[in-house]
Amino acid sequence: MTDSPMTPGGETRRSNSDVEMAIRTRELNLWYGDFQALYDVDFDVRRGQITALIGPSGCGKSTLLRSINRINERLGYVRTEGTIEVLGKNILDENVSMPQLRKEVGMVFQRPNPFPLSIRDNVLFGYRLHEAKATRRSSVNRRQEDEIVEQALREVLMWDEFKDKLDANSIELSLEAQQKLCIARLLPIKPAVLLMDEPCSALDPEATAAVEELLFRLRGDYTILIVTHNMAQARRVSDESAFMLMGKMVEHSRTDEMFVTPKFKETANYIEGRYG
Amino acid sequence: MFEATELNIRNDRIQERFRYLFLAMAVVLIVPVLVILSLLVIKGGPVLSWSFLTEFPKNGMTEGGIYPALLGTIFLVLVALLFSVPLGVAAAIYLSEYAKDNWLTRVINLAIINLAGVPSIVHALFGVGAFVIFFGFGTSILSASLTLAIMTLPVVIVATREALQSVPHAFREACWSLGATKWQTIRKVVLPNAVSGILTGVILEVSRTAGETAPIMFTGAVFFVPFLPESVFDQTMALSLHLYTLSTQVTDVPENLPYGVALLLILIVLAMNALSIGFRTYLRNKKKW
Repeated sequence: MTDSPMTPGGETRRSNSDVEMAIRTRELNLWYGDFQALYDVDFDVRRGQITALIGPSGCGKSTLLRSINRINERLGYVRTEGTIEVLGKNILDENVSMPQLRKEVGMVFQRPNPFPLSIRDNVLFGYRLHEAKATRRSSVNRRQEDEIVEQALREVLMWDEFKDKLDANSIELSLEAQQKLCIARLLPIKPAVLLMDEPCSALDPEATAAVEELLFRLRGDYTILIVTHNMAQARRVSDESAFMLMGKMVEHSRTDEMFVTPKFKETANYIEGRYG
Repeated sequence: MFEATELNIRNDRIQERFRYLFLAMAVVLIVPVLVILSLLVIKGGPVLSWSFLTEFPKNGMTEGGIYPALLGTIFLVLVALLFSVPLGVAAAIYLSEYAKDNWLTRVINLAIINLAGVPSIVHALFGVGAFVIFFGFGTSILSASLTLAIMTLPVVIVATREALQSVPHAFREACWSLGATKWQTIRKVVLPNAVSGILTGVILEVSRTAGETAPIMFTGAVFFVPFLPESVFDQTMALSLHLYTLSTQVTDVPENLPYGVALLLILIVLAMNALSIGFRTYLRNKKKW
C-alpha cells in the first residue's frame, strides 16, 4: 500500500501518513447469499481514536467490522459492493494482498484465542509469518525476537508478571491474560488499525477493566474500532460512537454527544435499553 | 398427593423391562469376543514361542515357525502406509480446509463413501487388473500394498478429516487475521493440533490392513516362498493368507497351529488398537482446549 488511487469524490492522491480518516466506507452494501446485511453504509473512523460500534444483535456491526480486514470473505458466499478505504486505499481493489491488509488491520476476537503455544511463540507468531525464512534462526534474530517479545508484552502491561513465564502454555493463562496476549500478538507486525469484536464479553468485570485500561494506553498509537454490546463500556472507552440498526448506519457522533443528546429516536431508545 | 396411579406403576414396570432387554442385548456383544479370545488362547497359546516367531515353516507347513509370514505382513502394511497416508492426508486437507460445497466436492465425498463400501474381494480383482497386469508390477508386494492402500484410503481420509475439523475454528481465524495464507495456517496451526487424531486413524488403518486376506491373495501374497522378500517386486508370505491356507488347503496340520497363527494375528491387531487408544489418551490429556 504505497500510494492511493483517485477516490470516487475526485480528490487527489493522498499519502498514507496524513489521512485523517483511518477507515472510510462509502455506499457499502454486503450480502450473505441472498440476505443483505449492510445497506449503503457510509462510515468514517478517525485516526488514533477509539470508535465504538453499537446496536442490537444482528444489526450488522460485526459484519461491518469483519469486512474491514475482509475476514468474513472466508465464508465464501459473501458479496460486497461499494468502497472500504483503509488509510486512503480501497481494500476491495483487485491488487490488495490479504497478508498485507491484515498486517495493517489487526483483529481481536470475542473469545480469547491464543494459539496452544508458549507466550513467547504467541507474541512472535505474526512476526514470524511475515518474516522471510532465511533471516530466522540466527542468534542475532533470537536477540531481536527477545526484544520484540519484551516490547509487546510491556505495551499490554504483561511483562512484569510474565517475564519469567514466557514458556508457559498460553491456553493455561487466565482469560484476561489470554485476551491481552491476543492484543500483544498483533503489535509486532505494527498494525495501524485494531478491530475488536466484543473483546470483553467473555471476561469478568475486573478483567474488563484491565483490558479497557489497555485500550486507553493504545489509543493514539492505533486506530481502534470496537464492537460492543455493553452501553456503559462504549460510553467509558470510546471517543466516537456509531449506532447501527438493521444493517444501516443510523447515527455517528462524538460519544459524549450521542449518549446525552442522541439525534434519532431509535438511538435514544436503544441507549436507554428500550430494546436490543 | 403425588402418589403413583395404577397406570404410572404399570408404565414404570414396562420401562424397567425394556431397560433390561436393551442391557441384555448390549451384554451379548461381549460374548463372542470372550469366546473367540479364550478359544484362541487355549488352543493357540501353547504354539506361541520365540522359535515360532523366528523360524521358517517346515515339513509342508506342518511344523516350524511363521517368520516369513510375520515379516511379510509387516512389509505389506508399511508399503501400503507409504502410499495411503500421504495421499489420504493430502486429500483430507483439501476436503477439510480448501473445498467449497460444489459438485466436485460432492463427487469426491461420494467416491470416498463408495470406496469404503467396496467389498475387499472386488478390491482384489481391481488390484489384479490395475497393478499386476496393467502397470506390470506382477504379483508382488508393491501390487498387494497398493491394493491395500486403496482399500484403506477412506479410513485415512475420514479419520484425518475429523481430526482437522476438531481443531477449533477460532485458531484458524486468529491465524488468518494475522495475515497468514491458508497454507501457513494449515502448517502452523491446523496440522500440529490435528496430528494426534491423524495418527490414531493411521494406527487403526494398520490394524485393518494387517488382517486383510482377499486383497493380497491374488496380488502379491503367496502360500509359501522359501526365502524372504528382497524388494517390493518380490512375492511374500503373509499371516492372514497363511492362516487361510493352513486351515483349508493343507492336510495333516496339527490342530493347534492355525490357532497359533490366528492368535498372533489378533494380538498384533489388538496391540495396534491399544497403542492407538493409549496414544490418543496421552495427547488428549496434554492438550487443554
